[in-house]
Amino acid sequence: MSGSGRIALRVAVLGYLGFLLVAPVSLVFYRTFRHGFGPVWTALSNPDAVHALCLTVEIALIAVPLNTLFGVCCAFAVVRYRLPGFGVVNTLVDLPLALSPVVVGLALFVLYGRGNAVGDWLTGHGVHVLFAMPGMLLATIFVSLPFVVREVVPVLREIGDEQEEAAATLGSSGLQTFRRVTLPSIRWAVTYGVVLTTARALGEIGAVSVVSGAIQGRTETLTLFVQRSYENFDPIGAYAGATVLASLAIFTLALMTVLQRQRSCR
Amino acid sequence: MIEVSNLTKRFGDFVALDGVSAMAETGSLTALLGPSGSGKSTLLRVIAGLETPDAGRVLIGGKDVTGRPPQERGIGFVFQHYAAFKHMTVADNVAFGLQIRHRPRAEIRARVEELLALVQLEGLAGRYPAQLSGGQRQRMGLARALAVEPEVLLLDEPFGALDARVRKDLRAWLRHLHDETHTTTIIVTHDQEEAMEVADEVVLMARGHVEQVGSPRELYESPANEFVLTFVGPVSRVAGSWVRPHDVAILLSPDGSDEEAMVERVVHLGFEVRVELTDTTGERLTVQLTRDEADELELASGDIVWLRSRSVVDPDLEPV
Amino acid sequence: MSLQAAEPLPSRRAARPIPAAPLAVGTFSIFYLSVIVLLPIAALTWRVVSGGTASFRSAVTNPEAVAAIELTLLLSAIVVAIDVVAGTATAWVLVRDDFRGKHFVDALIDLPFALPTIVAGLTLLALYGPRGGTGIDVAFTRTGVVLALLFVTLPFVVRTVQPVLGELDRELEDAAASLGAGKLTTFRRIVVPAIAPAMLSGIALAFARAVGEFGSVVLISGNLPFKTEMASVYIFGRLNSGDPAGAAAVSLVLLVISFVTLLLVAALRRRVTRHERALEGARKERKAPASPAPGAGR
Repeated sequence: MSGSGRIALRVAVLGYLGFLLVAPVSLVFYRTFRHGFGPVWTALSNPDAVHALCLTVEIALIAVPLNTLFGVCCAFAVVRYRLPGFGVVNTLVDLPLALSPVVVGLALFVLYGRGNAVGDWLTGHGVHVLFAMPGMLLATIFVSLPFVVREVVPVLREIGDEQEEAAATLGSSGLQTFRRVTLPSIRWAVTYGVVLTTARALGEIGAVSVVSGAIQGRTETLTLFVQRSYENFDPIGAYAGATVLASLAIFTLALMTVLQRQRSCR
Repeated sequence: MIEVSNLTKRFGDFVALDGVSAMAETGSLTALLGPSGSGKSTLLRVIAGLETPDAGRVLIGGKDVTGRPPQERGIGFVFQHYAAFKHMTVADNVAFGLQIRHRPRAEIRARVEELLALVQLEGLAGRYPAQLSGGQRQRMGLARALAVEPEVLLLDEPFGALDARVRKDLRAWLRHLHDETHTTTIIVTHDQEEAMEVADEVVLMARGHVEQVGSPRELYESPANEFVLTFVGPVSRVAGSWVRPHDVAILLSPDGSDEEAMVERVVHLGFEVRVELTDTTGERLTVQLTRDEADELELASGDIVWLRSRSVVDPDLEPV
Repeated sequence: MSLQAAEPLPSRRAARPIPAAPLAVGTFSIFYLSVIVLLPIAALTWRVVSGGTASFRSAVTNPEAVAAIELTLLLSAIVVAIDVVAGTATAWVLVRDDFRGKHFVDALIDLPFALPTIVAGLTLLALYGPRGGTGIDVAFTRTGVVLALLFVTLPFVVRTVQPVLGELDRELEDAAASLGAGKLTTFRRIVVPAIAPAMLSGIALAFARAVGEFGSVVLISGNLPFKTEMASVYIFGRLNSGDPAGAAAVSLVLLVISFVTLLLVAALRRRVTRHERALEGARKERKAPASPAPGAGR
C-alpha cells in the first residue's frame, strides 16, 4: 500500500477508535474525579452501592467456577470423547451469545414464575427463584456460559490425541494423563475463558433486571445501581459506579492482553 | 517375540487389516513396509494397544495382550510427529514414564542423564520441545520411550516428518542403537530404501494384507509377486521379463540380442549413470551403468543400441 | 525420497482406559446445558405457542411492537454495514501496518467485550449527550442508538477478520501484482474472497448482538416509542406493564432471529475450519522442520 494511503487509513481508523471508545471512556474518568475523590467515596459508601457491589461479586464468584467446570467438561465431550449429539451441543452453547439478555430474563421469568409447573412446584416448596438470588444467579450463568467452552474447544482440537496416546504408552493412567498432560496444555485457554466469563458476569444487566426486579438494596447489582442512579438524577452515584465497573473492565482487558501473549508464546 | 494372528480392523467401510498374521523375533528389527493405506500404521497401533482389533490376537513375549490397554503391554512408542509434551522440558519429557512409576528422584535424574547422553542431547535438558529441531525432538521421543525399558519398541514412521538428510543420519543412528540395545523393534515406513537399510526382516503390506515377509535381500531378489517386485526396487522390462536396471548390459552391435532400443537421455549421477531408452514398441525403460561402463560406450541421445539381461527377476522364477 | 504421502487416517478413536469418565462428563454437560439454557427457552416457546396464534398475532402486530422490531432491524443493519467497513479497515491496519502503540490499540479493541453495556451507554451519553460540551447531542435520537450499537459491536468483525488476514499468504497478492493487478483490484479479487467467510461470521455475530442489545441503548435512547424504542426495551416495558404474554410473543421473534444467526455462524465456522485444515495440510507439507537451537547438532 502506498505511503500516503497507509497513513490515511491509519489516521482514519485511529480517529474512529478515539471518537467511539477512548474519548467517552476517558471523559467518564475525568468527570468522576473532577471534584476529587471525596464525593466518589461518599457515593460508593452509600449502603445500596456497597450492597450492589457485594451482590455483583458474590454472583460472579458462584457463576464463574460453575461455568468453568461446565466449559472444560463440555469441551472434552465434544472434542476428545466425541460423544454422539455433541456437535449440536457445541452449536447450542453459543446461543447465549446470540440471544438478547432481556429474552433470557423473560425465559427464566416464564419458567420460574406463576403458571408454570416448575415455578409453581418450587414456590410451593419455599424456593423463590424470581426476585431473589437464585434467579439472578441462573440469569448470570446463562449469559456467561459459552466463553470457557469456546476457548478450550479449538485448543483441544489443535493439540490432538497424540500427547495423550504417548502418555498411555508410557504407563500413565487416565487420571494421571489428564492431570499431567492434558490440563497443563489447556491452562491458558481456560484462564482466558475464565477472564471473559468474569467480565460478562460483572457486566450483566438485561437478564438480571428482568429476573430480579432490581429491588434497591436487595436484588440490585452494580450495573442496575448505575442505571437507577442515572435515571434518578444522581449522576455522581452513576459515574462512581460506572468508574468501578470501568476500572474492573480495564483490569480485565489488561489480563486478557497478557494472557493472549502467553498463549501465542507457547 | 511379538506375534499377531488373524487381525482384522475396519474403520467404517474401510478395511485397514484383513486377517493379518505376522511375527517378529526377539531382539530383531522388523520393518512394516508398504504404500499409503496398506494398514502398516494400523497394525503397529493394534500391537501397541492404541487401537482394538475387530478380530484376532496379539501376543507379546508369549502373553496374550489383545484386551489390554497400552499401559499394560510393556511397549515404547515413538510417533511420527513426536507427540512431545509441549509444556514440559526435555528432561521432564524423558523422565515422564519414571515419574508416573514414582521412582526416587535421584534414580530418575541419573537415568535421564544416561538417556540424553545416549541420544546425544546432553546440555538440552532444560529446553522446551519448541526450541528443538525436528531431529532433536524425535531423539527426545526415543529417549522417552526407552526410559521405561520396554520389552518392545514401536516406531510409527519416526523420520517421516524430517528433512532427507536428517532422515538418513537418524536411520543409520537407529540401527546402531539397536545393535547396542537389542530391544525387539518394529518400525513402520513407506520408504523402501529405509526399510532395506535398517531392518533385519521386512513385512511388506498392501491393502490390509501381508504380501511377503523376508530379509531385504530375499524381497529384492526373490519377490513373491509383481507388487513386491515393483515396490521394492526399480525394474525394467526387457524381452518380456522383469530385470533390475543394473542387470542389463548395453551392446553397441546386435551380437546375439534382438532387443533393440534407442537412447533418449543419459543422466550422470556421480558414480551411477542412468540411461533412459525407448524400445521398439515405444515403451520406456532404464538401464543403470557404472561410470566406467558408460565412458566405454560413449552413448549419446538418439543412438541405437541392443540390450541383454544378465539375470531376470520374474516372481516365482529362479534367478537366471 | 519417496513421493508417497503419509497414510491417510480415517477418523479413529484412541483406546481409552476409563470408559466411565466420558459418560459422567457427557451426562453432566447435557444436564447443565438443559437446566440453564434449554429448559427456560423451551418454557418461553411453550408459553407463546400454547397461547394460541390469535394472541400471538395481536401481540406482534400491535403498532408499537412493529415499530420497535422494524427499528431494531433497521438500525442493526446500518450498524453492521458500518462495522464491516470500519472493522475490516481496523483489522487491516492492525495486521499490515506498524506504528508505536499498535499493541495498545490492539488491546483496546476488546474494550467493548470487557466493559459493561450500561457503562458503555453512560460514557457515550457523557460525551455526546446534552452536557457533553462538544456541541453534539444525540440523546433521545436514533443516531445515539446507532452510536451505542457501534460501540458494543466494534470487536466482532475486527476479531474474526484479523486472524484470517494475518494468515493470508502474501505470495498470492504478489502473484496478482506480477500479473498486472492494481492494489484495489487485488484487494477486491484476492483478499476479500479469502476473508469473506470470516467477515460474514463477524457480521452475523454483530447483527445478533445489535438486535438484542439492551444495556447500552436503554439510557441514551430515552426509549421513545415509535422513535427510539428498541425491541429489547419494548419487551421490558411490556413485562413491567403486566403484559408478559405480549413480551413473550415479541421475544419469540427475537429468539428466532437469534437461532437463524446462530446456525449461519455455525455453518460458516465449519467452512472456515475446513478451509483452515486444507491450508494447514499444505503448509505442513511445505514447511521445513523447526530451525535448530543455536549451537545444537541436527
